[in-house]
Amino acid sequence: MTAAPAGQVDLTTTIGDVRLANPVMTASGCAGNGRELGRFCDLAEVGAFVSPSVTRDGSGGRPLPRVVETPSGLLNAVGLAGAGIDAFLAIDLPWLLRNDIRPIVSIAGANLGEYAELARRVGNTPGIAGVEVNLSPLAADPVQASRAVSVVRRDTAAGVPVLAKLWPGAAIVVEMAAAVRESGADAVVLPGSLPGLALDSGTLRPVLGGVTGDLTGPALKTVGLYAVWQVRRAMPGACIVGSGGIRSGADALEYLAAGANAVQVGSACFADPSAAVRVADELRRELAGRGFRSAASAVGVAHQPPAARGDAQP
Amino acid sequence: MRSEVLTLKPVGGYLHLTLIADSIADRARPGSFVTLGIGGETSAMLRPRAFWLHRVRHSGLYGGTVEVVFTPRSPATRWLAQLSPHDPVVVTGPLGRPFALPTEPVSCAVVGHGYGVAPLFMLAERLRERDCRVHMVLGASTERELFGGLEARRAAQSVTVATADGSVGIKGGVADALPAVLRRNQTEVVYACGPLGVLRAVAALAGSVGAWCQVAMEAQMACGLGVCLSCVVPVRGPDNVTRPTRCCIDGPVFAGDRVDWSLLP
Repeated sequence: MTAAPAGQVDLTTTIGDVRLANPVMTASGCAGNGRELGRFCDLAEVGAFVSPSVTRDGSGGRPLPRVVETPSGLLNAVGLAGAGIDAFLAIDLPWLLRNDIRPIVSIAGANLGEYAELARRVGNTPGIAGVEVNLSPLAADPVQASRAVSVVRRDTAAGVPVLAKLWPGAAIVVEMAAAVRESGADAVVLPGSLPGLALDSGTLRPVLGGVTGDLTGPALKTVGLYAVWQVRRAMPGACIVGSGGIRSGADALEYLAAGANAVQVGSACFADPSAAVRVADELRRELAGRGFRSAASAVGVAHQPPAARGDAQP
Repeated sequence: MRSEVLTLKPVGGYLHLTLIADSIADRARPGSFVTLGIGGETSAMLRPRAFWLHRVRHSGLYGGTVEVVFTPRSPATRWLAQLSPHDPVVVTGPLGRPFALPTEPVSCAVVGHGYGVAPLFMLAERLRERDCRVHMVLGASTERELFGGLEARRAAQSVTVATADGSVGIKGGVADALPAVLRRNQTEVVYACGPLGVLRAVAALAGSVGAWCQVAMEAQMACGLGVCLSCVVPVRGPDNVTRPTRCCIDGPVFAGDRVDWSLLP
């Protein structure tokens, strides 16, 4: 197999019934409401833009400091800071749609009733490419998580995919993924984060106002790949969105090889506001350079024995 | 965007880094800032660092350039300190809401402490272009840390210097020097940049003489773009309700009387 012209690589990716132009998304909370990064790149070029987690009433978030740099990582305890669903539907979503950006709306409820209400209001809005259910408020409880996913699925328009974003912490990722798929999730989003703690080396006290935080960044790439690998191996038919430490097209390709159908670019957007668009572009060239004709044909190749990789070049 | 190092020069206790960045130079305003990616493509330091734009040149031999100032104290600034001409640096900007300029030729006090003096020369130039009178008050802990003392004499009608150790100028802080400057010049507008304590004191002094005050705030940022929500400061909106407000995109310049100083450390 020889290298194909990059323009001929088919990057389209399907999540439920929705077709995306490419498998690269922004990660919720790392790309603002779109306008912030839209000054630096054309977000219509990413497969989908995932909104910050929208809550019913809005919230101010956690105390400062909220983000601290750690070796190859960023530890954050921002909380679900945002203005709430009314402002999102009135201001942010129309802006995204006006600019031809494919929005996946992340929602976070304090209880099942709130998840249902958010799903009813968001999941029936024309133009959205999906609803991402942020399950972190429910902690690592497969029963609660499946209940939340099933009410969101029930109250979201048919044809609009529901993506279940699991709780950070990969230990029971396969069990969680199975549970939410059974409850109607069209895709599982495996968060590229783990709980972490950073101490101030001088005072020996926690740095973050929220004490503990979620670790993201390249330090998490191996963890994210492991989660994708595990879920793919257990569920060959699952639609998987992987994340964690993706800052180049080569990183994204590794996630596809581990079994992800799509990927999310998160904290890499901080130092490079056009990171997601750049990753999509680099992924196309990575695929072409290795003789893949499509993004889909690279999904899961890491699970095949080396001899069977007909599509890939060493 | 990817930029290239043009020069890196020591000036007093500071290093001046000049980058070739055409599109940023063209859009920069006084009070704008940039972030620099630290450590290159495979860096373990993920948080971009924010720097005030000290100076921009719109066109020269190398196209537009931007100049930032720092002291090599942390691992990130030590990485910047070892850069050589032609080295690539990812620079994003100009970021933030700049200083608002008066439409009338008014009497202005421009106050800065330490590294916070860096963005004030561009401001002083714009004010002078508008026929404003500019009186600068510059402070630092020591003479060595005093930024731009000589440059200030060209940029302003008067310059008052204060150092904590009294090594040059008045012994004390800029807030100690400011009341006399305000009185002498019937100051109508006060601009300030520096640490929180200095801004708080300057905003109070400006308020006490009825001067309009703008402060350029420094908060710890993880993106500088308005997405990470880590640099929020308490600011009263038009409805008089105080909200956590993003310093990077809704600021860093705020009206001194809109910041709720009582909620800040």
